[in-house]
Amino acid sequence: MEASDVRRTLSRLRVEQVLGAIVAVLLLYLVVDLLRQLVTGTLSASTLQQYLWRGIVVGLIYGLAGIGLSMTYSILRFANFSHGDLLTTGMFSGWSAAYVIAGFGAYNLGNLLLVRPNNDPTPGAVGMAIDSQPVAILGGIVVAALFTVAIALAADRLVYRRLRKQSSIALLIASVGVAFVLRYLIAFVFTRSNRAVPASAPETTLDLGIASTTVNLHEMTLVVSAIVLMVGVHLMLQHTKLGTSMRAMADNRDLAKITGIPTERVVLATWVIGAALAGIAGYLIVLNTGTITYTRGWTLLLPVFAGVILGGIGSVYGAILGGLIIGIVDEVAIIWLPNEMTMAAAFLLMIFILIFRPQGLLGGVETA
Amino acid sequence: MTESPADGVTDASTDPESGASSSDPSPAGWGDGDAVLEIDGLQKQFGGITAVDGVSFDVEQGSITGLIGPNGAGKSTTFDLVTGFTRADAGSVRFDGRDVTGLRPHQIAQAGLVRTFQITREFPDMTVLENLMTAPPDQRGESLARSVLPGTRRGVIEQERELVDTVWETLDLFEIDHLAEEYARSLSGGQRKLLELARAFLTEPELLLLDEPMAGVNPTLEEKLLDRIHDLRAEGYTFLLVEHDMDLIMEHCDRVVVMHQGAVLAEGEPEEIRDNERVIEAYLGGNV
Amino acid sequence: MTDESGDVGEDGAGPREQDSRGPLSDMRTTVREYTDRITEWMGERSRWKADALVVLSALVLVYALITLLAYGQGLDMNGIVNTLVRLTFLMAAYGLLVLALNLHWGYAGLFNIGVAGFMSVAVFTLAFVSGGQGVGLGYPIWVGMIAGMVAAAALGLLAALPALRLRADYFAIVTLGIAEIVRFTVKSDWVDDHRVLGREVGLGAGSSIQVPSAQEYVFKLFTEDGTSRADPTFVGAQLFELGSWFGIDRPTVMSAGYALLLVVAVLLAYVLLSRIAYSPFGRVLKAIREDEGAAQALGKPTSRIKIYSFVLGCALMGLGGMLWQASRFTVAADAFMPIVTFYIFVALIVGGSGSNAGSIVGGIAFVGLLLQGPRMLPRVINEQWESVPEGTNTIYEAVTALGGADIMPLIGYSIANIDLLQRLFVGVVLILLMLYRPDGLLGHRKEVAAATDLSRPEGETDD
Repeated sequence: MEASDVRRTLSRLRVEQVLGAIVAVLLLYLVVDLLRQLVTGTLSASTLQQYLWRGIVVGLIYGLAGIGLSMTYSILRFANFSHGDLLTTGMFSGWSAAYVIAGFGAYNLGNLLLVRPNNDPTPGAVGMAIDSQPVAILGGIVVAALFTVAIALAADRLVYRRLRKQSSIALLIASVGVAFVLRYLIAFVFTRSNRAVPASAPETTLDLGIASTTVNLHEMTLVVSAIVLMVGVHLMLQHTKLGTSMRAMADNRDLAKITGIPTERVVLATWVIGAALAGIAGYLIVLNTGTITYTRGWTLLLPVFAGVILGGIGSVYGAILGGLIIGIVDEVAIIWLPNEMTMAAAFLLMIFILIFRPQGLLGGVETA
Repeated sequence: MTESPADGVTDASTDPESGASSSDPSPAGWGDGDAVLEIDGLQKQFGGITAVDGVSFDVEQGSITGLIGPNGAGKSTTFDLVTGFTRADAGSVRFDGRDVTGLRPHQIAQAGLVRTFQITREFPDMTVLENLMTAPPDQRGESLARSVLPGTRRGVIEQERELVDTVWETLDLFEIDHLAEEYARSLSGGQRKLLELARAFLTEPELLLLDEPMAGVNPTLEEKLLDRIHDLRAEGYTFLLVEHDMDLIMEHCDRVVVMHQGAVLAEGEPEEIRDNERVIEAYLGGNV
Repeated sequence: MTDESGDVGEDGAGPREQDSRGPLSDMRTTVREYTDRITEWMGERSRWKADALVVLSALVLVYALITLLAYGQGLDMNGIVNTLVRLTFLMAAYGLLVLALNLHWGYAGLFNIGVAGFMSVAVFTLAFVSGGQGVGLGYPIWVGMIAGMVAAAALGLLAALPALRLRADYFAIVTLGIAEIVRFTVKSDWVDDHRVLGREVGLGAGSSIQVPSAQEYVFKLFTEDGTSRADPTFVGAQLFELGSWFGIDRPTVMSAGYALLLVVAVLLAYVLLSRIAYSPFGRVLKAIREDEGAAQALGKPTSRIKIYSFVLGCALMGLGGMLWQASRFTVAADAFMPIVTFYIFVALIVGGSGSNAGSIVGGIAFVGLLLQGPRMLPRVINEQWESVPEGTNTIYEAVTALGGADIMPLIGYSIANIDLLQRLFVGVVLILLMLYRPDGLLGHRKEVAAATDLSRPEGETDD
C-alpha cells in the first residue's frame, strides 16, 4: 500500500475536480463577502484586525508545535499521536518550574510544584506575569523545553527505537500508547482539575508616533518567543551540517528511503528540536489561554496536524505557514460561522487539502 | 533450447518477420499481422522529464516479444502505461482491436492483458494457495451479496471447489505444490517469481507482460520458467517481456523491441537487433 | 490485579535486555510453546468450533476473574450477577464494534480511527427519526435503527469516495477529523437551534438528549410498561420466578435480557463477517490489504470492494453505537470522544486484527481485564482492608509521606485515582503489544480466506 502506488493506480475522479472547483468558488465568495461586510460596515476593520491578530498568535503556536510533528513524520516516518501530549508535558513542567522560581519559600512547595492543584495560591499573589516575574516566566520556557526533550528521548529509547524498522502504522499505534501513558501520568501527578495559571496579562501602551496601540505583554512574549525560535530553527537548518542532512531527509522522502534508516544522530536531533519546540509551544499557549488542564495538548493535536498537512508534511516552513493559516481560519471563520464550528471548518480544510493536494501548499518545493 | 517461433502455435500461422509495422493504423482485423497489442505514440512526462516519448510498437499474437533497453530507457514506464497503472499524456493502446487507453488497471487486466512486476508483489501474509485462489477471474463470490446471502452461497462454494482443482493443477505445473500451505512471505526470491507467474496465468490472460521475470532467479529455475513460457506460448499465449539479460532475449524471443531514452530505437528479429549499430551504440553509451 | 499490573510494569522496564536468557524470556518461550500446541490442536477442529472454543474459554476466564472481584467487593448473588450482566453487555458492545473495525483494518487495511463519529451519527439519527416530544419524527424504533445504520453508512460512503486512495496514516487523520467534525456539529448551539423538516434537530448542544432505546422494547417483554415495578408479562413472570430462586432481582433479569440481545447481535455480525472472511470477497479484501496494486493487476476492482466493505463496516459501527449508547436513554455528544475509538482499537489489537474470533476475544479481554476489572479494585480493597488508607489530596502530600516511610497515603491516592491508572495501564499494554506481540492474542492463527477446504482434492495423484 505505497502512497505512490495508490495515487498512481487510481486515477483522479472527475467528481473530485468538480468538488475542487466548488471549493474555489466558495473561497472566492467568502473573500467577496468579507469585502462587502467591510464596505457596508457590518464588520469593522478593527474587529477584523483583532481576529487576524488573535489568529496569528494561535497560529504561531500551531506552527511552533507543528515543526516537531512535521519532522518526526518526515524523518522518522510516522504520524506521532503523542505529540499533543508532549505539549502537555511542556505545559505542566514549565509552569511548575515557573511557580517554584517565583514562589519558592513563600508558599507550600507542593502547591507550587503541582501548579496549584487546589487553586491556591492565586496567580496574582505569586505574581505570575511577565512584568513582575520575568525570570520565572522565561525560566519556565527553558524547563519546559528541557523536560519535554527528556521525556521524548525516553519514549524514543523505550518504544520507538525498537520499532524503527516496523511499518509506520505500528509506530503510529505505539505512539497512541505513549500518548495514553503521558496523558494519564500527567493527570495522576498534577490532578485533572482545570485551573488558571498566569495572572491577568499586563498591558502597555505603545506610542508609534502617529497612533498609539495597547499591547498585551503576554501575547507579545508569546509572539516574540515563537518568532525567535522559528528564526533559530531556520538558521540551524540552513547553516549547520546537521541541519542540511535533516533538511535533505525531510525534503526528499525518496532520498531518505535510499539512504535507509536515518542515523541516530539525525534521530536524536529530530527529537531534541521537535520536543523542545513542542514543550515551549505548550508552555506558551497557557500564556494566551490562561488555564491548564491535562487534555489540552491532545485537543491541540488535530489542529496542529491540520497545519502541518496544509503546509506540506516534511517542510518546516510549511508547518509554520500551515499553522498560521489554521490559526487565522479558526479565528476569522467566526465572521460566518458560530463559535463552536470554526475548528470544524479548519478540519474540513485539512481534509480537503489531504484529498486534493496531499503534498500541501509548500510540499514538493525545495525549502533550501 | 531454441525453438522455431511458429512451432506449435495453434492459431493462424504467424510469420513474425512480416509483422505489421508500428505505424500501421489498421483497426482490429485479424488480418495479416494479427497484432494482439498495438501501442501507438505513447507519451509520459514526470515533472518536466519525458520518460516515454512517442513509443509505438506491436505485439504479434502468439509471439514472445522482448522489450530491452538500457536503464532508464522507459521500459517499466511503458509497462505501466500499457496496463493502466500510469495514465499516458498522449498516445493509444489497442488490445485485441479494442481501445483500452485510459482504462483502469483492473479493467485492462480483465480484458486479458495481465502483467507481473519487476519486484515481485505477492500477497505476503496470505498462503500460496490463497494467493493463487485470488487470481481466477469472474469468481461469483467476489460479489459481497452472493458471498453472504444463504441461497447464493452454495453456488460460491461449488465454484470454489472447481477453482481448488485448477489451482492445484497450476501448483503442480509450476512445481510449487510443496509450498501450498506456506505464507508467501516465507518464499525465496525465485519461488516468488514462480508464484507471481502462476498467479498471472490463473487470471486466464491472453497476453502476459512480464517485467524482468528472471531477475534474481537461479539458472535451474530460470530454465524451468523459460520452458514453462515456451509451453504456454505453444498453447496460444502471447508474451511481452522486459529483460536485462541480452543472451536470454536473443535466444528466446521471436521479436525484439529496443528502447532508448524513452523512444523505440529499433525493432526486429533478434539477429537484426544484434547487428544493429545504433543498438550497440546505445548500450555502450548507456554502460559508460 | 495489582500484582498483574506490577508484572507488566517490570516487563516494560525489562526489554532493555531483550535477548538475554532471563527467566522472563524462558517463560515467554514456554508460553509460546503452549500456545503453538493449542493453535495446532485448534487447527484440526472445524472453523466455527475452534472459534467458539477460543471465545468461550476467554469468556470463562474473564467471568471467573470478575466474579472473584465482585465477591471480593462483598456483593451478594444479585450484585455479582448484575456485575456480570453489565460486563456481558459491555463486552458484547465492544465485540460488535471491534468486529466492524476488524472488517476495516484487519481485512481491508483501512486505518479508520473515526469509529466514534460513525457511532454518533447513527445514534443522533436514531434520536431524530424515532424520538418523540419535539425531538424527532416519532417513527418506530426499528425505522430509526435502520435509518441510523444508513446514516452511518452514508457518512462512510462520503468519506470513502475521495479518501480511500490515501495512504493509511493520512486516511487515519481524515477519519479522526471527520469524527471530530461530527462531534463539534452535534455540540453546536447553532445547529441545535435550527429545524429540519419542521422539527427541532435536538442534538442537545453539549447537554444530553433523550434517545429512544431498543432496551425499552426488550424490557417490555418482561413487564407491561417496561419498568421493573409494573406487572410482569407471562415470559417475565417465569423468568422473574427463576431469578428469585437464585436471589436475583427483577432489574438484573431485565438487564440480562438486553445483554442477551447484544450477544445475539454479536453472533449475527460474526456469522456475517465470517461469511465474508471465508469467501472470495474476503480474499480480495485481504489481497487489497497486502498489496492493492497487485490485486488490480489481477483484474480485481479494488476501489469498489474497498468501498463496499468500508460502508458495511460503518453501518455495523452505527448499529453498535445505537445498541450501546442509546441504552442509557439519554446521550450527549461527548459520549463519542476519540478515546472511544482508541479503546476499540486497543481491543482489536489485543485480540489480533484480521481474525473475527480474535476480535470478539479482544472485546472480552479488553472490557474484562483493562476496562472494568481495574475499576472494581478500589471497592475490593475497601471491603477487604480493615483500615483503608486515606487518600491524600495531591500526590505531593503522598510522596512527602514516603519520606516518613509511610506508603499508605500513596496507596490511598492511587486508589482514589484508579481510573487514571487504568487508562495509563491501557497505554502500557498497547505499547507492550506493539513491541512484543503486534499480531495480538490470535493474530498468528491461519484463517485461510476461502469458502471451501483448499487442501489437495482427493483422488488426485501427487507427482
